[in-house]
Amino acid sequence: MNQAVEQSFPEFVELRIPSRAEWVALARLAAATIANRLRFSIEEIEDVKLAVAEACTAVIQYDGHGEFIELSCEAQGDSLRIRVRDGGRQAALSGVKERIGFEEARVAGLGVFLIRTLMDEVSYDVHPKNGTELLMVKRLAGRPD
Amino acid sequence: MDIKVNVREAPGDCYIVELSGEIDVYTSPKVKDAIGTLIDRGVYHLVINLEKVRYIDSTGLGVLIGGLKRVREHGGSVNLVCTNPQIKKIFDITGLVKIFGIFESEDAAMKSLV
Repeated sequence: MNQAVEQSFPEFVELRIPSRAEWVALARLAAATIANRLRFSIEEIEDVKLAVAEACTAVIQYDGHGEFIELSCEAQGDSLRIRVRDGGRQAALSGVKERIGFEEARVAGLGVFLIRTLMDEVSYDVHPKNGTELLMVKRLAGRPD
Repeated sequence: MDIKVNVREAPGDCYIVELSGEIDVYTSPKVKDAIGTLIDRGVYHLVINLEKVRYIDSTGLGVLIGGLKRVREHGGSVNLVCTNPQIKKIFDITGLVKIFGIFESEDAAMKSLV
C-alpha cells in the first residue's frame, strides 16, 4: 500500500513519546511513514526523518525538557507539516544552544542547521509555561508526475 | 534499532572501526565508547567504515568530530569509508567533507592515513 495522498483531504498523525533517546527512532519512523504517503522521493523522506530526529534530540539534550515529546504530522496537497512540542517548562527547542556545554552546543547547532537546511520552512512558537513548538514544512519539489 | 561495532586491527598501527546500523542519540554512546577505548589505548590512526550505516544524525557526527579532535591532538587522523549517498549528503551539507577524508573503500582510506 503506497498510494500517494489524494490532494483533496489531509492525513493527520499524532504521536506522543517519552522524551528519551530510545524513542526517537519511533518518531522518525512515523514521520517517514506519512512522508511516504505523499510523493516524496526517498531522499526527501530521509530529509524528513533526519529533521524530526534532530528536533526530538534537541529536546532530549535540553535539561529542562518535559516528560513527553508530542509529534504531529499533517500531509495535505503538496506539503507535509510537522509539529514537535517539547512540553517543558522552558523553551528547550529554541534555547538549546545557550544551555548546554560547548562541545554539545556545537553538535546541537549542527542539528538546528540540518533542520533548517533540509526543511523548506522552520519556525518556533514559544510558550513560557508550555514549552516550545517547532513547526517544519517540507514541500514536494516541482517535478513531473 | 541498533548499532553494531566491529573493531579490527589493520597494517600500519591503524585500526578499522566498522559500524552497521543506525547512529542516533540512542546508539551514538556505543560508538563513542568504541572509538574512545581505542584512543585511550594509544591508537591514533583510525578508519571508520560507514558503508553499512543506514542513518546518522548530528549526535553521530558529533562522535566522529570528537574522535577526530582527540586523535589530532596526538598527530593522528581519522578517515571515513562512506558509499551511501544519503550519508554523504549529510557530510556535504554540514561541511564535514572538508575536515574528514572520505573514501569509497577501506583500502583507499588506509592508504591515505597520515
